[in-house]
Amino acid sequence: MSTTQPTTAVGKAALFTENRVGASRLVKEFGRKIFPHHWSFMLGEVALYSFVILVLTGTFLTFWFKPAMGHTIYEGPFVPLQGVEMSEAYASTLAISFEIRGGLFIRQMHHWAALLFMAALSIHAMRIFFTGAFRRPREVNWLVGIVLIVLGMGAGFTGYSLPDDLLSGNGLRIIDGILKAIPLVGTYISFFVFGGEFPGVDIVSRLYSLHIMVVPALLIAVIAVHLIFVVYHKHTQWPGAGHTEKNVVGEPVLPTFAAKAGGFFFMIFGLLALLSGFFTTNPVWNYGPYDPSPVSAGTQPDWYIGWMDGFLRIIPGWTEFYIFGYPISFNIFSSVLVAGLLFGGLAIWPFVEAWLTKDYREHHILDRPRNNPTRTAVGAAGVVWYLNMWAAASGDLMAVFFHMSLNDMIYIFRVLFFLGPVIAYIVTKRVCLALQRKDREIILHGRESGQIIRLPHGEFQERHKPLNEDRLWSLASFESPQYIPAEPGPDGKISKIEKRRAKLARFFYEDRVAPVTKSELEAAHHDHGEVEQSRKDELTGSQQ
Amino acid sequence: MKLLAERRRHPMALVVLLLLGLLLTGGAYAVFTGNSSASAQEYTASDVEEGEKLFVTNCATCHGMSAEGTENGPSLVGVGAAAVDFQVGTGRMPLQMSGPQAQVKEPQFNEEETSQLAAYVASLGPGPAVPEDEYLDTSQGDAAAGGGLFRTNCAMCHNVVGSGGALTRGKYAPNLSEVSEKHLYEAMQTGPQNMPIFNDANLTPEQKRDVITYVREISETPSPGGAKLGSLGPVAEGLFVWFFGLAAVIGMTVWLSARPK
Repeated sequence: MSTTQPTTAVGKAALFTENRVGASRLVKEFGRKIFPHHWSFMLGEVALYSFVILVLTGTFLTFWFKPAMGHTIYEGPFVPLQGVEMSEAYASTLAISFEIRGGLFIRQMHHWAALLFMAALSIHAMRIFFTGAFRRPREVNWLVGIVLIVLGMGAGFTGYSLPDDLLSGNGLRIIDGILKAIPLVGTYISFFVFGGEFPGVDIVSRLYSLHIMVVPALLIAVIAVHLIFVVYHKHTQWPGAGHTEKNVVGEPVLPTFAAKAGGFFFMIFGLLALLSGFFTTNPVWNYGPYDPSPVSAGTQPDWYIGWMDGFLRIIPGWTEFYIFGYPISFNIFSSVLVAGLLFGGLAIWPFVEAWLTKDYREHHILDRPRNNPTRTAVGAAGVVWYLNMWAAASGDLMAVFFHMSLNDMIYIFRVLFFLGPVIAYIVTKRVCLALQRKDREIILHGRESGQIIRLPHGEFQERHKPLNEDRLWSLASFESPQYIPAEPGPDGKISKIEKRRAKLARFFYEDRVAPVTKSELEAAHHDHGEVEQSRKDELTGSQQ
Repeated sequence: MKLLAERRRHPMALVVLLLLGLLLTGGAYAVFTGNSSASAQEYTASDVEEGEKLFVTNCATCHGMSAEGTENGPSLVGVGAAAVDFQVGTGRMPLQMSGPQAQVKEPQFNEEETSQLAAYVASLGPGPAVPEDEYLDTSQGDAAAGGGLFRTNCAMCHNVVGSGGALTRGKYAPNLSEVSEKHLYEAMQTGPQNMPIFNDANLTPEQKRDVITYVREISETPSPGGAKLGSLGPVAEGLFVWFFGLAAVIGMTVWLSARPK
């Protein structure tokens, strides 16, 4: 018998669980996980919490939504639709909005949460990319994250298509078009998906199964994998004093981080509740029931699908051609290829970067974006490419607001589709290199104090003050990738692939600002004595 | 009656009588003029004459001395009073400058002058008249029927709730929320700028009234879901979630990860 038998109820319960499931090992493992401090490390959490809210509000909506396309006549309280023929799906969405207590609030919360979920996923992915957190050993988790974005888009699309209103029906018509544009089998696939000629009477119930079961189940599973990897790999951290590749500096999950994260969940919940209470989203009652003939001006998908819609708006019509009298609608089908290009590009980048720089080592210390100018520039090019397509989706609204010709807008978007990323690459790379030079300057000569002193012989100088240890570390401690010329393989010959790699690497990595070395730092302190001098000045200044 | 008889010589009786007389004539005038403005048939010869003078001074440069049209402006023979009332009454005409489309501005002529111009143009040839009040009364219209017509005929340019939208080469379909019932009707009737004509065979006057009722209903009823964000659909919502929602979230993360100094 142990000497410490629990006497309290909590203690007994703890012992009960400990003896049966070994909870203390879990608490020890997970509770001691360290999370470093930084605002940008909490963006993934936002996506997670939005997802939890999506599941909660979505469950509520399933209690009243009727995923059926049978015809009914609306007799609810919304006057502009009274007596209008519509599907049961649309009628039940209107009922949720106007007749179920709290229904509209929950519906809007579900929609705002979806918009925030995707926004949080995107910005989290950008954080990972621009800090190089996808490098070994986290490449696989980067791929898992990309799968999450694709699943999120799928969840969003299957969800906002459910109410069977005019807007979402127009969106489904585009999906129908994309399916039909698949060479050879397109028409068959479209008929298979819609259960006959578009729109048919099956699509809402089919999307419903996907939206409430298949996609969320996959999302939960993939999120679980994503989080397990986060725990397994440990968290990355910014460079700083005492931060190494072998430790993580921060707070343990229990108790501090867990308390913060729990509070953060309720803050996100509160924010979404505020948005839903005060701002209309997806006012389905405005759009009317779906009818294949009308299309409203300003018909756009939700923002995370917008970039694909934008691409469809700017691709020239002549990209449709005929083979033996059969049309190949490349102008429509290419939107799928563009999606493939984006997600494929994101997926292979970690491997491309490792191959180009021959850096296959593990990295747990993040790069400040400026310290890897090439990656940051490539990322900025991708962001601009995406943003341009995104903007193109709202080209008609922009044309009205800025009093521009819609045709001119489309020409501008077409040019920027190719030119935008190139400009973004060049500008970003130069800005990063300039920032690095500035950092170098600060590290070697201290920061500018804004105090001008006049020397006895009349010269004016700005006094530079030394950096504190923390700041010095976070500025000076980084690795700068450099161009490695082609090297012979084990057989002593330089392979063709290696030559190609060297050529690309030279283009991407030739321009660099080398990190300050220890000897340079010491030399700067002793030889020039500027920092030392200003330290003395400070001392004498404080004595006066 | 006894009360009245007793006071008929009261010093104020004259004043009361005068007031009554004024009220009666004024009321009758208001009723009379109200009728005349609602129906195009009652323009007087002097209206036409005055209208012609206004036309020659303000419109003839582009439309020609007798509204026969020039290189710069179409013939106005047969466009009717409704077209004039719409174009001049919304400030689109006289044109401020040439461009893809005439812009709405503060009307240059008052109601009387507008009606005189309309009288002149209507005298040139038969055309649609200014609508009768009966067809502008939204209390008699059916918003739901109008909504169906609106989605089929109007929404592709004006957006489902009449928020407006882009057309080709800088032209656009304007926002309808601030447009008066009369101007909505006249626009359908006469097809200004790039708008197609919805004549009475196409949309009956009652159907036009339904459309007007729908536009009024949808633009004047506050959104049940809260602020409308311009009724511009997912683009406005997406921008809002990025620039407000995500900005608030980032504010929270910065606050939560701040370390005590």
